[in-house]
Amino acid sequence: MGKRTIVPFGPQHPVLPEPIHLDLALEDETVIEAIPSIGFVHRGLEKLVEKKDFQEYTYVAERICGICSFMHGMGYCMAVENIMSLTVPDRAEFLRTIWAELSRIHSHLLWLGLLADSIGFESLFMHCWRMREQILDLFDMTTGGRVIFSVCKIGGVRKDIDEEKLKRIVDVLNNIEDELRSLTSVFLEEQSIKGRLSGVGVLSQADAFGLGAVGPMARASGIVTDTRTLGYSAYPHVKFNIITAQEGDCFARTKVRIEEIFEAISIIRQCAALIPSDTLIAEPVKGLPKGEYFARLEQPRGEVIYYVKANGTKFLDRMRVRTPTFANLPALLQTLKGSELADVPVLVLTIDPCISCTER
Amino acid sequence: MVFKMKFIKKSPWILHYDGSSCNGCDIEVLACLTPLYDIERFGAINTGNPKHADLLLITGSVNEQNISVVKQLYEQMPNPKAVVAIGVCAATGGIFKDCYNVQGGVGEVIPVDIYVPGCAARPEAIIEGVVLALNKLERRKSPRKDA
Repeated sequence: MGKRTIVPFGPQHPVLPEPIHLDLALEDETVIEAIPSIGFVHRGLEKLVEKKDFQEYTYVAERICGICSFMHGMGYCMAVENIMSLTVPDRAEFLRTIWAELSRIHSHLLWLGLLADSIGFESLFMHCWRMREQILDLFDMTTGGRVIFSVCKIGGVRKDIDEEKLKRIVDVLNNIEDELRSLTSVFLEEQSIKGRLSGVGVLSQADAFGLGAVGPMARASGIVTDTRTLGYSAYPHVKFNIITAQEGDCFARTKVRIEEIFEAISIIRQCAALIPSDTLIAEPVKGLPKGEYFARLEQPRGEVIYYVKANGTKFLDRMRVRTPTFANLPALLQTLKGSELADVPVLVLTIDPCISCTER
Repeated sequence: MVFKMKFIKKSPWILHYDGSSCNGCDIEVLACLTPLYDIERFGAINTGNPKHADLLLITGSVNEQNISVVKQLYEQMPNPKAVVAIGVCAATGGIFKDCYNVQGGVGEVIPVDIYVPGCAARPEAIIEGVVLALNKLERRKSPRKDA
């Protein structure tokens, strides 16, 4: 046993696009304990409900995080719509699902790239991000924005996707699916990647359940959980599988996320075929919200919970978000215990951390 | 000893730090480095080490917790150096200006050379900002007095 040393990790670190700080207590090369300190990205945007009215606040909700921006806006809108008993037109629900699943593909591709970068596989990182640009082009084409596109509003959506564009989306996705298959073989069969990921950071099923892990992190440990099965938006109309793996290591988490991209592609295809042809895409908003509601939906990183309390004026009483990264942090700290120092960057990345969601 | 700083313009190394942004601008900064926009054709490389960096790209506003980190990163960079503030949050605080933990733009803490507008700033705008910052960097042959 060596002497105990503390190695600071972050807030500015090459593998971290975002600031989080971990104090790693080491004995030799082994991590004994990881103590996180957060707050670098805290803005306090939940309190902004007092200054922006409930319709304006959609823009703030979308900027909780730039990666899953659309789903944050959608979660907030769902909560307010339920308080006001607004029915969202069917076409808008399908459009929301299409954008949400496109966001999932873009987020997972981004994560795969970052993972490749963290293990020093630079060319794979470039390939993932090259593919991701095609999805961003689709966002650009349908909404005019690349990462934050403010297309969701209370009562529906702001823009329609016409037949021609739907066809283009499906074409691009067919293309991406082919490319992704060759990329999958690199991620799942390449020996050097397997060596870095297999058996690293194992989270047992009991731990994943006990520590409240959500999303791909829980699914890779064998827990069948997916908020999409609750049947919000257009999900009741489409068929999809919940991807799980049993190993609970970094490799399983990679596998789950790759499979989820294929599922997302299949969901968008079904949506494009089933989408109703009516023209209504938004219900007009009348009156002011009064009441409270919990909205739950599945983001790329896992389950997100929105709590909205309205008091009958145009300013809300309270808006609270429980984001997936926050739920996954205890599980991360558990997997860090006993890991090698060299594996820490990979471990931190495999929970797909979104610090700006976590700290808001 | 006076260096001729022309070579820096040919190969600027970039340090990226996320102040308190929403990630939107951060992933666009990273997107600049990847095949579609490929800022590497200007010789730019993303580095994690402030001591190797010529340009500091900051996204997001400053708050109580990261104010010292931003200052420290800036001070660790060797002269000559330039700072590019990316996105409207880095300029003024943007949509989060009224939040209790946002103290305003990056300009409150360190001198900023170029402000890139947008929410989120588009990669084209970021590249333009970097190129403009390089011109400033080249003119700044002697170490800055205020640094």
